[in-house]
Amino acid sequence: MLSEYFSAVDFLLLKPAILLTIFGIGVMLTDLLLDERQKYFNAVTALVGIGFAAVQMLRIQSQMREAGVSEVEAFRGAIVLDGLGIFFIWLFLISTAITILISFRYLEIENEHHGEYYAILLFATVGMIFLAIGMDLITLFVGLELMVLSIYILAGFLRGDRRSNEAAMKYLLLGAFSSGILLYGMSLLYGMSNSTNLRVIGSALSQRPLGDPLVIMAVVTIAAGLFFKIGAVPFHQWLPDVYEGAPHSVAAFMSVGPKVAAFALLLRLFLVPLGELREQWEPLLIGVAVATMTLGNLAAISQSNIKRMLGYSAISHVGYILLGLVAGNETGLKGIVIYLLVYVFMNLGIFTVVVAMRRRDLVGDEINDMAGLMHKSPVMAILSLIFLLSLAGIPPTAGFLGKYFIFLSLLETGHYTLAVIAVLYVAVAIYYYFRIVVVMFMQPPADQELPSMSLGIRCALGVTAAMTLFMGLYPEPFIQLATGPVLAILR
Amino acid sequence: MYQALFFLFAASAVGFAINLLIQRHPIHSALSLIGVMGSLASLYLMLGAEFLAVVQVIVYAGAVMVLFVFVIMLLNADKEEPSDRSKMAKYLGLPLLFLLLAMITVVIYRQFPEDAMVQFGDFPGQTAAIGRLLFRDFLLPFEVISILILIAIIGAIVLAKKEP
Repeated sequence: MLSEYFSAVDFLLLKPAILLTIFGIGVMLTDLLLDERQKYFNAVTALVGIGFAAVQMLRIQSQMREAGVSEVEAFRGAIVLDGLGIFFIWLFLISTAITILISFRYLEIENEHHGEYYAILLFATVGMIFLAIGMDLITLFVGLELMVLSIYILAGFLRGDRRSNEAAMKYLLLGAFSSGILLYGMSLLYGMSNSTNLRVIGSALSQRPLGDPLVIMAVVTIAAGLFFKIGAVPFHQWLPDVYEGAPHSVAAFMSVGPKVAAFALLLRLFLVPLGELREQWEPLLIGVAVATMTLGNLAAISQSNIKRMLGYSAISHVGYILLGLVAGNETGLKGIVIYLLVYVFMNLGIFTVVVAMRRRDLVGDEINDMAGLMHKSPVMAILSLIFLLSLAGIPPTAGFLGKYFIFLSLLETGHYTLAVIAVLYVAVAIYYYFRIVVVMFMQPPADQELPSMSLGIRCALGVTAAMTLFMGLYPEPFIQLATGPVLAILR
Repeated sequence: MYQALFFLFAASAVGFAINLLIQRHPIHSALSLIGVMGSLASLYLMLGAEFLAVVQVIVYAGAVMVLFVFVIMLLNADKEEPSDRSKMAKYLGLPLLFLLLAMITVVIYRQFPEDAMVQFGDFPGQTAAIGRLLFRDFLLPFEVISILILIAIIGAIVLAKKEP
């Protein structure tokens, strides 16, 4: 309609990303007009931008319902908005919005309250959106780079802090290296199919003989690149270091948004073009998943820094989610979708508590800094307890729901050994999560300064805790919610 | 003739790349990098990708490398001392690299034993064809890259600007 190469549908699907970009640029422009005391206005602008993108998503969804279609294709198949894409975009918008809420007060304390922070967060969200809806290798790769480039910068946002600089540098070098490996695998896929469209590649690969070394090479290099991005063993070394060094709020963001986006990419690549080659990548995936759970859970035990510990716990969660892909049946995919949904809320919740621990003269990232939280702020201590219970996967909370479906899918597909190993590691996880609980509830406070609270942190705590509890107590609507994305994968 | 030229440029690209790593002085490394890019540009040209070859020379060998050399000279960077690498990297690194290269070579030879070499001008590398691809088939990634570059600029400024 607009032209031969750019139709109205193309424009409609791009609108959320366009709005986020416009608001990102807008934040940087208005930032110039604000003096030091008005910087909170940047956060408001960014939140409004996310609100606009969310409204636009609702409109796209209602238009899709009216037209009675479950997926829309645009830009000659370069992007496809289906149930999975819609689900992921909502997760990204939510996690970015909560990150903005918890960042504001934190940046003020760190004295690095610049508008660029919010702009880069919005741009990273644009990149994640393209990872969720991309159906073309080049679109996916550009989206990936957009996302990780933003995080390199955010990780080094505290310029005066050596640990932050180190985290940014480490992540930049290793991230660029892993992107290179991923790109090499993508180039092999292109070489075998002469197309960058995932569906065309899928049908070209299914024509090739079983055990084709070229295919194996492509699968291995793509898997290595993706495993790095999600932080699976043996490509996990960067993760605890970067979480520890990055600003608290950025570590919170990294642990949800980009990680979920990397999973979106992994699901797309493993299920669309490589879906036919399941026998070839399943053993690889089993090995990686078990190693990831083992190392993540065991290494988390001995950590004294809470961000490092949460880094290792994030690694172990990756192992559980990969198990859902190993099972690969409908329950398993449902498990992945629900796990990611639950994970976003519980992990952002516990990271919000960590952000609140950053006080005027205390970095607040040692587990001992939480001592006596029960006496200082009983509400926050109880909310942390809920998040930790959920992370460990104890029944009344949402974390149980995700693990339940993963374990169920393993049993359904006959992976009994894997299920037993996974359940055993839950016991280990309970141990290290409860170390924090013991410190919070049993030990006397080490200092008298209260956690730094702000309206944003209160809202973030409220939303994440409410969702973590609600999804655990009344899971039905959320299980329904997962069917759309799962159907999109299975098609 | 074609093969001789190909091996000449391929060998010089690899040679310059190795020299880049061996040299201790940054300016020598930077100059070797220009050699790598020049050889690559010649290879592109031989494949018929004239647009890519010209861009390689103008953008990389021209603009980017000039910046590199300027920065090295401004910083007055001196010879680098060899750092203490881990024993494992020192003794296992090279053999493992060669093992990987050998494996890739074997795979490619097994896969395409009969294939002839790629001939001059095999690919539609003309500027018009690239333009059509860029602004029609890959319009979306092309536009998204503009945000990518914007972020890179913002990042450089945010991380490097002076404290007020």
